[in-house]
Amino acid sequence: MGFSDLVSGHYNYWLVIVLMMTGLYITVSRGNLIKKIVGLNLFQTSVFMLYISMGKVKGGTAPILTGDPQTVYSNPLPHVLILTAIVVGIATTALALALIVRIRESFGTIEEDELLKIDHEMEATKPAPTNPAAALFSRLGGPNP
Amino acid sequence: MTPAYVILLAILAPLITAFVVSRADAFTDVRDGISILGSLVTFGLVLTLLFAVIGGAALTFTAFEIMPGLTMSFALEPLGMLFATVASGLWIVTAAYSMGYMPAAEEKHQTRFYTCFALAIAAALGIAFAGNLFTLFIFYEMLTVVTYPLVAHKETPEARAGARTYISILLGTSIAFFLTAIIWTWSLTGTLEFTPGGILAGHISPVFTAILLAFFAFGIGKAALMPFHRWLPAAMVAPTPVSALLHAVAVVKAGVFTLLKVGIYIFGIGLLSRTGASQWLMWLAAATILIASVVAMTQDNLKARLAYSTISQLAYVTLGLALANQLGVIGGALQIATHALGKVTLFMCAGAIYVATHKTRVSEMDGLGRTMPFTFAAYAIAACSIIGLPPMGGAWSKWYLLMASADAGHQSMMIVLMASSLLNVAYLLPLAARGFFFAPQRQRAYDTESLPTGFAAIREAPLLCVAPLCVTALGCIVLFFASGAVYDFLLTIPLLAPEGVTP
Amino acid sequence: MIAALLSNLPALQIVVPLMAAPICAMVARPRFAWAWATAISFIAFAMSVALFWQVRDGSVISYEMGGWAPPIGIEYRIDILNAFVLMIISGIAALVLPYARHSVEAEIPQSQHAFFYTALLLCLTGLLGVTITGDAFNVFVFLEISSLSTYALVATGAARDKRALTAAFNYLVMGTVGATFFVIGLGLIYMITGTLNMADLAAKIAANGDSRTLRMGFSFILVGIGLKLAMFPLHLWLPNAYSYAPSAVTAFLASTATKVAIYVLLRFMFSIFGFDYAFQAATLQFVLLPLALIAMFAASIVAIFQEDLKRMLAYSSIAQVGYMLLGMSFLTQTGLTATIMHLFNHALTKGGLFMAAGCFIYAIGSARIDDLRGLGRIMPWTSAAFVTGGLGLIGVPLTAGFISKWYLMQAAFALGWWPVAILVVLSSLLAVVYVWRVVEVLYLRDTREIPDRKPVPLAMLAPMWIMLGLSVFFGIDADLTISSASRAANALIGASNIFWQ
Repeated sequence: MGFSDLVSGHYNYWLVIVLMMTGLYITVSRGNLIKKIVGLNLFQTSVFMLYISMGKVKGGTAPILTGDPQTVYSNPLPHVLILTAIVVGIATTALALALIVRIRESFGTIEEDELLKIDHEMEATKPAPTNPAAALFSRLGGPNP
Repeated sequence: MTPAYVILLAILAPLITAFVVSRADAFTDVRDGISILGSLVTFGLVLTLLFAVIGGAALTFTAFEIMPGLTMSFALEPLGMLFATVASGLWIVTAAYSMGYMPAAEEKHQTRFYTCFALAIAAALGIAFAGNLFTLFIFYEMLTVVTYPLVAHKETPEARAGARTYISILLGTSIAFFLTAIIWTWSLTGTLEFTPGGILAGHISPVFTAILLAFFAFGIGKAALMPFHRWLPAAMVAPTPVSALLHAVAVVKAGVFTLLKVGIYIFGIGLLSRTGASQWLMWLAAATILIASVVAMTQDNLKARLAYSTISQLAYVTLGLALANQLGVIGGALQIATHALGKVTLFMCAGAIYVATHKTRVSEMDGLGRTMPFTFAAYAIAACSIIGLPPMGGAWSKWYLLMASADAGHQSMMIVLMASSLLNVAYLLPLAARGFFFAPQRQRAYDTESLPTGFAAIREAPLLCVAPLCVTALGCIVLFFASGAVYDFLLTIPLLAPEGVTP
Repeated sequence: MIAALLSNLPALQIVVPLMAAPICAMVARPRFAWAWATAISFIAFAMSVALFWQVRDGSVISYEMGGWAPPIGIEYRIDILNAFVLMIISGIAALVLPYARHSVEAEIPQSQHAFFYTALLLCLTGLLGVTITGDAFNVFVFLEISSLSTYALVATGAARDKRALTAAFNYLVMGTVGATFFVIGLGLIYMITGTLNMADLAAKIAANGDSRTLRMGFSFILVGIGLKLAMFPLHLWLPNAYSYAPSAVTAFLASTATKVAIYVLLRFMFSIFGFDYAFQAATLQFVLLPLALIAMFAASIVAIFQEDLKRMLAYSSIAQVGYMLLGMSFLTQTGLTATIMHLFNHALTKGGLFMAAGCFIYAIGSARIDDLRGLGRIMPWTSAAFVTGGLGLIGVPLTAGFISKWYLMQAAFALGWWPVAILVVLSSLLAVVYVWRVVEVLYLRDTREIPDRKPVPLAMLAPMWIMLGLSVFFGIDADLTISSASRAANALIGASNIFWQ
């Protein structure tokens, strides 16, 4: 197929890809926890669009029963699946936001790099451990021969 | 007719002893007595089995099936009976010795000590009676785990480090090489049963025979074949009764015994000699014999010297197997018995000397023979046995090994054995000679904090320490005269597949 | 009445814990919540045993949810692999919940207890649902139910260490990405076949043959599930989540969550895509096998250098998951048997070990290895339990871990892949190092002064010892596990095309 066909014939997939990559990129690169959740939502939305767009039948209308037996409907199953997935996404977002609130209360910040710093500080205040490397590589000797 | 379940009883007896001892923490005298009683019962049961095997019975006992085709089963045969008799007999002696040593050396945690001791004997008997390689491996690993607390007994940093070496080398070699070899054998032949004539013939090419033998030889780390011998000197941090029984008798003998069993009943002596797959092992054993003897000469600490001597003597058994003929097997098996008696005596002497004088270094033991005559006399007798002088038992095992080398056409090994005897003289006899014939060293050599009253006050160690070592020293002499009977018994080891069965 | 119960058992297996969960939240009394959750877990275990009993000879139960016939309706399909995993999950829950009573009281503020047990029941529902269902999208739904409750459960550890919150958050982000990848893969497959029922998918995929879409679908599903089962390099969430979660949660999760993900992978790879799908075979050999080997070594090496006991055990879990993936990548009956058996054996061993860690935390308030010094003398039962579990991890004979390791090596030798067998064995040596380090600290160091040491109650010691006792029992008499795993592996291989009805 020609190049224009590749783009215009599959424009839904291109959109999905762009959204998916944007969402993933935001999740990974942004340090603010809420922005990470935004990215996650974008990512999930792209998947919703993937499903819905794959369910569209050429010349099909919305899958709501009309009286006319001749109607061509788009596939309703992806719509159902996506409803479920949307609900899951909402629950995930709600839980994530609740966690962010608790993190803010506990740590005082919701920036990832500051959280990491606090993590390292907490680790450093623990009592100095006996060096495991020393335990491992200590001279494996018996009695002084 | 001895029923087969006596085998199970023989293994249960030390297990029950261990359990009762562990509960008897508060009653120390009862606890020590239980240990002795348990050892006597166990030895009695083993003797019953011994007479049954001498009478020609072929007792087998299958306990249960763990995986399809892999059962925990026991089968008696002459080699295993020899090991079991030696181990259980010497348990009695060492249990008595411990009763004298542990209080005198002010050791703590004695309940744990006696419990683990009994468990170790149970594991050793399990190894001796194992009817297939799988059962043997189970008890072999159990022996490692159960002897760890004994090695780490003193709980000092040195004990910890030594125990760490001990467990890492033994568990490491057994999992890395021994287990691999077992599963390799299993996948080649579909069975792990100990069969006269071996199970591998026809399933494996000569090159792979040698490689598989390498996996077994290095995997059986308890045989202390170089380069995996380091655990033995490291284990000398343990109290002396541990070194005496376990690292002269139970653990190390379990190692070379396993090697013999694998060589005879898994590979088959016929396969080994036909393919020459054990040639390299012969040279490695020879190297171990000589190198360990040389290192022993450089050790001033008596127990370390004896440890390296053990490594050297164990390699005799490996050499006997590697020669791949009947005399080699018999010589190796006899060496198990004679070396056990000799080495246990030597270690008990070392312990007695420590208890009486707090000395651990050979250079400081001049002239002690005069005030500790029994200890040093026993030492001298046992040393002669190890060296291979008649009328001590060790002469016979060395003799058979020499004959085996000649039989196999390897005169070089005869030279190795003779050289080893000379080296043994060099590192064993000086202690006895200096103890009897040299004058005691000047006062500076004696640690006046531990011996405020000086040399004149040294006496023999407590009776319970000295009596056992005299008994085993006498045993060395008795064994010399009894070797004929042992030889006839060992001749019955089935080396070839039964008639009509192609190996 | 009984007959009606029995015939609807598959549905009840899910519905009972699901309906019980909100009751915990509504009756907000902590003691009641615990007792209720424990009772429900026992009932769920009884039901899964009954289901296993029905399918133990190889038959398959097909249950239509709501009376709608598949492939349009959602079907619960139970064969011996399913039933085996169901028993594991509910069994672990039945053991962890009695344990949880004291552990949770010590580690979590009382105001959160009722919600804790609610979330635990929901997690149980989700895990059971993933296992029992025969519909691919249903897997996603239940997977997310269990995952969301897991995120909440991990976060309840914040009272002991506030990093539980960030651990839960990171787990949430990564877990959601993984689940979404799974959905993408599922969508791609749906595009080709037009169905979501597992049996129907298998038939249609076999009929359609290979295509790029199918391969992409397979890859997305593999990555998505791989994240849930902490396949290297998608394992980064696990150490933090396991270390900071409350001990009862870690014990439960370590024994169930990753195992369920392995089950999903097995189901998708072998029941849906088929045992002889060439692209899958190539992926297994060139992608999964190296990743599994790396996991076994890298995770074990990292475990050696950990200061915290739970963190060390978490890295050990990643290595053990590597063993399971290794067995899968052999693509033989023995290899699959090894994976399924290790699934079972590791669940018991690791659950017991994490319970031991929880007992230490209960007694002295810390799980740092250094703080455990000398505890072998004053906490003999817990320390002995740890040694037993540790020997199981190493694979010493007479433990369950030995049996699965044996089968794994047997599978490698049967294929002639002896380098792999050597690698399996070498990684066991690494386990010796990290286990023995703790054993040394417990028994060979001087006991330190611990001002408020709490004696560990029997309700915590008993489940721990039951789990570890079972791991020893199944190391001595492995008949049940071997025959079940073997039959399950056969079912996976033989029924590459499962035709319903």
